[in-house]
Amino acid sequence: MSVARQAQPAWRVGNLASPLIKLYNPLHLLLAMLAIIAGASLPLLSFAPNRLLSGQGIFLAQLIVQLNARYWLLAIPALPLLVAPWLRPSRINHSILIIAAAALSTGLLALAGHEAQLRSGATESLARVSFGAAFWLLLLTIWLQLAEALRGLALRLPAQVVVIVLALAPAAVLLMTGRLDSLSLLKEFQNHQEAFELALLRHLQLVTFSVLPAVLIGALFGVLSFRSQTARKLLFPVLNVIQTIPSIALFSLLIAPLALLGSLLPHTGISGIGLPPALLALTLYSLLPMSHGTLAALEQVPAAVREAAQGIGMSPWQIFFHVELPLALPVFLSSIRVTTVQAIGLAVVAALIGAGGFGVLMFQGMSSSALDLVLLAVIPVILLAISIDTAFKLAISILERRAGRQDHD
Amino acid sequence: MIEISEVSKSFNGWQAVSELSLTIKEGELTVLIGSSGAGKSTMLKLLNRLLEPDSGSIRLHGQNILEYSPQQLRRRIGYAIQSVGLFPHWTVEQNIGAVPVLLKWPKARIVERVSELLELLQLAPEKFRHRYPHQLSGGQQQRVGVARALAADPDLLLMDEPFGALDPVTRASLQQELANIQALSGKTIVLVTHDIEEALALGQRIVLMDQGRIVQQGAPRDFLLAPANDLVREFVGQSDAGIRLLGLDKIADRVRRQPAIPGEPIRSSDTLRQALSVFITRRVQSLPVVDERGQPAGVLHFADLLEPPR
Repeated sequence: MSVARQAQPAWRVGNLASPLIKLYNPLHLLLAMLAIIAGASLPLLSFAPNRLLSGQGIFLAQLIVQLNARYWLLAIPALPLLVAPWLRPSRINHSILIIAAAALSTGLLALAGHEAQLRSGATESLARVSFGAAFWLLLLTIWLQLAEALRGLALRLPAQVVVIVLALAPAAVLLMTGRLDSLSLLKEFQNHQEAFELALLRHLQLVTFSVLPAVLIGALFGVLSFRSQTARKLLFPVLNVIQTIPSIALFSLLIAPLALLGSLLPHTGISGIGLPPALLALTLYSLLPMSHGTLAALEQVPAAVREAAQGIGMSPWQIFFHVELPLALPVFLSSIRVTTVQAIGLAVVAALIGAGGFGVLMFQGMSSSALDLVLLAVIPVILLAISIDTAFKLAISILERRAGRQDHD
Repeated sequence: MIEISEVSKSFNGWQAVSELSLTIKEGELTVLIGSSGAGKSTMLKLLNRLLEPDSGSIRLHGQNILEYSPQQLRRRIGYAIQSVGLFPHWTVEQNIGAVPVLLKWPKARIVERVSELLELLQLAPEKFRHRYPHQLSGGQQQRVGVARALAADPDLLLMDEPFGALDPVTRASLQQELANIQALSGKTIVLVTHDIEEALALGQRIVLMDQGRIVQQGAPRDFLLAPANDLVREFVGQSDAGIRLLGLDKIADRVRRQPAIPGEPIRSSDTLRQALSVFITRRVQSLPVVDERGQPAGVLHFADLLEPPR
């Protein structure tokens, strides 16, 4: 009896056979502590008389002492997240944590929107309310707690995506119904709506029309390097060198040859700046991951399967279409995923040579030190990258399940 | 059936098969045995043109195999390998039906053939037909591999260490099934192995290879009674030769038609080697024998192990 008690970990409290309070998850403890420190010491929002002046912090404590009953409601979802470290890991507790995290992040967003409405809601008001450091940190810790709980539920990828979309839905409703319109970020959007839509369209064009040719050429290079050692030795050093050139340098390097080409072929619309050099540079950057990915996809097809296919009398084309292609497809798609995400990020730099995209808004915001304008460009880029990444992962997981790979069931 | 004459094959200066000549008879199970690097797998792959010889010729049914297209030749020859090489993205049915599909059989005939083969290899058709390879055990995968090799009813079957990766129990039962299939269908089978037990258990003819040449060929008994040189003697295991010799004969060959005696009976289909084991463990001089149906078949005496009763 006494031996058993000595064996109990130090954090167990009470002298019951099964303690009431036990630390189950140190990660939740770390995140909750981080959230408390951030909430107590950093400003939740910031208030500035106009968009160019630096703001004055508004702290969570200030908002709470206002005794606004609606703000106190936030305590309800906050409570489970704070006691999460000591919650027994069960499906119900994980689900409670996910719902609480979704509710709290939505609540914080609603609070910010409401405060902005109070302080700068009048249409002619130049005052700006933006998110402060504590807001971002709280959002981060809350979503990390959500991710940890989601991991605990051990759902398949499609179900995970559904949960995350549902958790984001209330925030989307706030956005759609105009509850956040007084926030500085949304005011920047209203002022730059046309430029934003143009940037989105152009960004998508930049990514689509650089990744598409890169996929085709990269697949060809990959197949060639798989079939011939010589091709491999010729292609990869060149592609590796391209990859090491900094993006700004590559963009500017292409200005001269394309300007020359443009002056030789005046009616084609080719010029040293604008869309053509940007597309060319992005395509060049995408070639290495695509070629490499295609080669890796083909190489991971088991040699025994290939030998068996040959041994039962499949022709080389039948082996390619019936065996190599379907077995290589998940890894191939995975390299398209990596390439696309990389292109979404790199396309920001294309604005420097006049190719447009979200980079335009970002550099404009940076030069006028309007942080919210920078965010207006960066947030969609991040969202774009995450959603493309998730969409591909989803497609790959469905494919692999259908292909009956070893790592399932 | 197959006439191999003076075939040589080298890889980057290494002589894998060296002026090898061999005739493989119709309906016989020939085992190519040797240590790794002896050239036995290379020899097998030369037969279905997965490799082409540097010199020499191979004739199948009197016709040079170079006159067939490689794909046509391979569709006529069953091929099973150690790592099985089942297509992981295809069901059992699609895997087994692979060659018939290539030969453009009608769909109904393929479905029927798959059921037939699954039954032959002791896999319940409705249970296994729609499974994927990763949902099968190693032994079941190898059964499907053998079924795929048999699918288009080829008259020649090439097997490259087909049971090498299996546990001893599964291996023994699959060897038994292969022997049964061969006895029933009369297929010509060429099997590569490095396991002398497997060679003795399955081979009607054994060809021992070393450094790309044939060292000795003949019936299992010849190998045990008259090894050609030290290498063969080492291979068949000098100290175990007698016991292995007993493994070649069935109890049915030696049993005396006598009235049953008391005791746990042994089956007449077992080998004398198994009988020896029972004699030793039970410390008896004679054992009752029953046939497959469990009916008394007579008595086996310890002395009968040495020579047939007169």
